[in-house]
Amino acid sequence: MLYREAGDFKTSYQEDSQTFPIAFDRYRYWAVLAFAFLVVPFVINDYWANAILVPFLIYAIAAIGLNILTGYCGQVSLGTGGFMAVGAYACYKLMTSFPDVSIVIHIILSGGITAAVGAAFGLPSLRIKGFYLAVATLAAQFFLVWLFNKVSWFYNYSASGQINAPERTVFGVPVTGPNTEAWAQYLICLVFVTVCAIIARNLTRGSLGRTWMSIRDMDIAAEIIGVNPLKAKLTAFAVSSFFIGIAGALFFAVYLGAVEVGEAFGIQKSFLVLFMIIIGGLGSIFGSFAGAAFLVVLPVVLKLIGVDLLGWPTDLVAHFQLVIVGALIMFFLIKEPHGLAQLWRLAKEKLRLWPFPY
Amino acid sequence: MKDMLTPYVTDDGRQIGETLMDMRNITLRFGGVEAIKDISFNIQEGEIRAIIGPNGAGKSSMLNVISGFYNPQEGEVWFRGKKRPPMKPFQVARLGIARTFQNIALFEGMSVLDNVMTGRLNHMNAGLFSQALWKGRAEREETENREAVERVIDFLEIQAIRKTPVGRLPYGLKKRVELARALAAEPKLLLLDEPMAGMNVEEKEDMSRFILDVNDEFGTTIALIEHDMGVVMDLSDRVIVMDYGRKIGDGTPDEVRNNQEVIDAYLGVAHD
Ligand SMILES: Nc1ncnc2c1ncn2[C@@H]1O[C@H](COP(=O)(O)OP(=O)(O)O)[C@@H](O)[C@H]1O
Ligand SMILES: [Mg+2]
Repeated sequence: MLYREAGDFKTSYQEDSQTFPIAFDRYRYWAVLAFAFLVVPFVINDYWANAILVPFLIYAIAAIGLNILTGYCGQVSLGTGGFMAVGAYACYKLMTSFPDVSIVIHIILSGGITAAVGAAFGLPSLRIKGFYLAVATLAAQFFLVWLFNKVSWFYNYSASGQINAPERTVFGVPVTGPNTEAWAQYLICLVFVTVCAIIARNLTRGSLGRTWMSIRDMDIAAEIIGVNPLKAKLTAFAVSSFFIGIAGALFFAVYLGAVEVGEAFGIQKSFLVLFMIIIGGLGSIFGSFAGAAFLVVLPVVLKLIGVDLLGWPTDLVAHFQLVIVGALIMFFLIKEPHGLAQLWRLAKEKLRLWPFPY
Repeated sequence: MKDMLTPYVTDDGRQIGETLMDMRNITLRFGGVEAIKDISFNIQEGEIRAIIGPNGAGKSSMLNVISGFYNPQEGEVWFRGKKRPPMKPFQVARLGIARTFQNIALFEGMSVLDNVMTGRLNHMNAGLFSQALWKGRAEREETENREAVERVIDFLEIQAIRKTPVGRLPYGLKKRVELARALAAEPKLLLLDEPMAGMNVEEKEDMSRFILDVNDEFGTTIALIEHDMGVVMDLSDRVIVMDYGRKIGDGTPDEVRNNQEVIDAYLGVAHD
């Protein structure tokens, strides 16, 4: 009986179009934010940061990015890994070229550079759709990884071909480099994910979001109401890549610290993020978080149960994980394209009616 | 939609009865097929213009020429006194021409409200940053346009399904939502491709009433394709009759009804 919509009347259109129209949802949102900002940083340790929280936050940003392109605008992309690499290498070049500029600005600029690259690779989307576009973005993926391997300017001619993040601080606290503490790593990612999610939410609930969704649902009808399809698709590619670039920069600079491009940003990354939004829910910001959380936590839990508890060999557990993910993808694609987010919505709808089922 | 309820005077002072759209010697071919053969006609400010004719006569093709989907091989399209160069559909939309489709073309994944709001896209131009922060222009525009959309929703009596995903609606309501989306654009010219196809008698009556009200209250000029002769005769000021891509009649419903060529075409050709 706690979760109620009735009696929660809206007296203005602003209130009706806000992110959480139901008061209870709003309180939960603030509670989660308060917990994440005020409690977690004090209790976090290296294991939690490295195994779960930091990758979860970074993948959530990448998933939000891909969801804008695929979930909202309907353009399938398999280039996420490549675009994350653009963000990572842009960040590396900026960090090493302008060591006096704040890392926060570098990360944002990396997003901007990735947005430009993403828009350029989005150009073919005007002509090709669906499967063929997916193949084109796959080509972008391979091209970008090849480029960062081949052109040594990108890794400052280092002998290993790797890029390494030098130490950078925010308010005197290191957030990159080997001296970074878990809570600082976590907090900078949390700030970025929060801002990215709010921006993504604002963009998707307004006229730009409706432009994207109209292209996704029926491009002919979108054109007839005045949507320029090229502009709509390119803004989707640009905004999507902006977020993915930020995720790539954080993944390199804050999380891994050292990156070999094929290993960190290969095609597996593209699929991983795509699976996140399929499982989490296409066309949902919340779903991006849910999917990222699920696929980050799943291997950790499986290892805990399979290897540590039951004593199974590691490779068996790894295979088991592939099977589970594969089965889930099929389930969600066939049964519930709106993913965990939709299951959550349905659960809430049930809860709203509880205890009277009708 | 500031002057939605005031008597109709166009924003550049045009008068009812002036020529809004002038189609001159339009010919449209698909490969060897001539879908439209050298047709000329005009549409006047404030009127309801019907296009009738058997299946395959080229009626939808004509609307597609007007709305920029096809560019005719021959002929000229004049709109509001100016010759229109070849344009993309989205550019035509920005001139103030909105339409509905013979087969419903709604955004199935979006709610009724969002569908109708998309109709307002040409009235919204907040920049990316304003939208990202949901401040200033973006926020203001959202509210203003929502108000305009709510007026359309009230007008078409679809308040109750505002938040329903379009995919769940029955056919008749979908047609109405599509009309709402087109109306939300506040078009100068509204094109309706078989707005009553597949409807039962009651739904047809509702739709006829809405079309008449749109024309009366907002002064919107309407061009519509319809099969039901009774409906056409009741609604329209002037009728064009097409057959095999040619124009075989043009005039008031009474004139057209008594035109021998039209009678022959309708008696000779089965239509649904
Ligand atoms: N895109 C197209 N390609 C080829 N032929 C077409 C196309 N659209 C319409 N036609 C042809 O043009 C003629 C007129 O079709 P249409 O305008 O849909 O007729 P109506 O709406 O009067 O039933 C038909 O012979 C149809 O087959
Ligand atoms: Mg037709």
